[in-house]
Amino acid sequence: MDAALGLMRRIPPKHIDTALSALLSLLPHHSADLLSQVDQPLQVLSDIECGREFILCEYNRDADSYRSPWSNKYHPPLEDGPYPSSELRKLEIEANDVFAVYCEQYYEGGISSVYMWEDENEGFVACFLIKKDGSKSGHGRRGYLQEGAWDAIHVVEVGPDENGTAHYCLTSTVMLSLTTNNESSGSFNLSGSIRRQMNMDLAVAEGHLQNMGKMIEELEGKLRNSLDQVYFGKTKEMVCTLRPPAELLQMRFPHHRDV
Amino acid sequence: MADEEESELSVEQKIEIAKWFLLNSPPGEIQYVAKDVKAILKDDYVYETAASEAFSIYNKSHLLCLPMPNNSGDVLITAFNEIDANDYLDPITAQVAKVDHVKQVCTEVRRANDEELPFPYVEEYRCAVDAEVSKYVGEAYPKGVCSVFCTSGKDVEEPGSDFELVVVISAARHSPQNFCNGSWRSVWNIELKEDLQIVEIKGRLQVGAHYFEEGNVQLDAKHECKDSTIIQAADDCAISLTNIIRHHETEYLTSLQASYSNLPDTTFKDLRRKLPVTRTLFPWHNTVQFSLTRDLAEELGIGKQTNQ
Repeated sequence: MDAALGLMRRIPPKHIDTALSALLSLLPHHSADLLSQVDQPLQVLSDIECGREFILCEYNRDADSYRSPWSNKYHPPLEDGPYPSSELRKLEIEANDVFAVYCEQYYEGGISSVYMWEDENEGFVACFLIKKDGSKSGHGRRGYLQEGAWDAIHVVEVGPDENGTAHYCLTSTVMLSLTTNNESSGSFNLSGSIRRQMNMDLAVAEGHLQNMGKMIEELEGKLRNSLDQVYFGKTKEMVCTLRPPAELLQMRFPHHRDV
Repeated sequence: MADEEESELSVEQKIEIAKWFLLNSPPGEIQYVAKDVKAILKDDYVYETAASEAFSIYNKSHLLCLPMPNNSGDVLITAFNEIDANDYLDPITAQVAKVDHVKQVCTEVRRANDEELPFPYVEEYRCAVDAEVSKYVGEAYPKGVCSVFCTSGKDVEEPGSDFELVVVISAARHSPQNFCNGSWRSVWNIELKEDLQIVEIKGRLQVGAHYFEEGNVQLDAKHECKDSTIIQAADDCAISLTNIIRHHETEYLTSLQASYSNLPDTTFKDLRRKLPVTRTLFPWHNTVQFSLTRDLAEELGIGKQTNQ
């Protein structure tokens, strides 16, 4: 398994799907572990009844069917799949509505879904997902990207209410890929995935949705900045180390002029 | 998909998968990938078969640079100077290097035969271009290696026939302790066309970088360009061609830097904004209003949620 996870960190992020299928076929006995530990780009299904799309993931799947957060029904229909309790479903509905607005504000397009389910510790788990296609042909408002995909997966484990506070453990994964393509500079593709965790103890009176929402917003912002400045920045640094821009060369090797 | 597979993969399928992982290794990381692949396969035959095919392709496509055992310099492993599967010509020292692809080492060298080397007329051009490009690479790349090979017409004895050269530039930087690896590869095909009295040059540049501290981010950039110049004596030609190469490569680096600086405000914004248009964080405490009424959504100027 370690070797499998090691491979996933080296294979180009745009080939995650192929790499994961390959590993699943080589290690069929580890499929449960692989699927839960390796994030794949998100897929989407249409809930025709409600006229909206929803995101597929391990958390709304049972056998080969997926539960829509809009209609609360499985597609394709399932005899007896698991459902959240009616109270949790109320929270799930509200979360989906609110998160859709959050998604519109930050992503200007894109698809969101939230799934919740009870866990064994009298708490519950919520999974907030976003899928954005930022390419020119998708929802890219400014038309810069030939290809652009952002997939965010936020899993929050909420502990039971203890004296008015609950413990929230958020694990966020962002996978992205962006490609620009033009005559003068060829094709430029940056892609990657990073995952971080955040733990907080917050007052339940504020509302679970508000608590989770603020954590997600904060961590998502941090991941975005980290990707932009640290991760992409490091690759840019590497390029400039391989072939320094002319100005730097003149500074570093002034004696070359005399040779 | 999560069910147990009906039948095991065939040996051929496993070999193909192993090859795929090896071939898609980032620059400088094939040995690490190989270790992981070996551990997963637990089958030496499959691994060795896959490795013997994949390493050779990987080394050539990544323009691997290996030191020759007798301290006579380095040899570049490419498709252009391949004499046969494990032998590669180094035109500067006129030697042929024997290579173990999987271990990525050069095991021995021998003198090149006359048939393996270009005739003097072509060699004059090859050598002049090599000298000029080496000067350029020495200045522009802190750790760059280059070579010039004759890919067609090496038996041309005098002016009157076309021949082709290829300039290969390879710079790699491996810092696994800093979780960062990268490579710059340029391949310039030069065609000398006697009847038109011009030299056409086509370049393919490829830059890659991988940063993987608590994450996995990779850059993959490619560019193609072409240019031409008139045929002159070998030395003058070499200077013209090197100037062309220097010009295009410098421009390409500039455009790469521009792509990076556009990221925060333009390209990245098409994926996710730093902040909503309101320039404030999302009002989570007002959520009750959202779920009760659509009017607020319109007020924020986002309209109906259709997600098309």
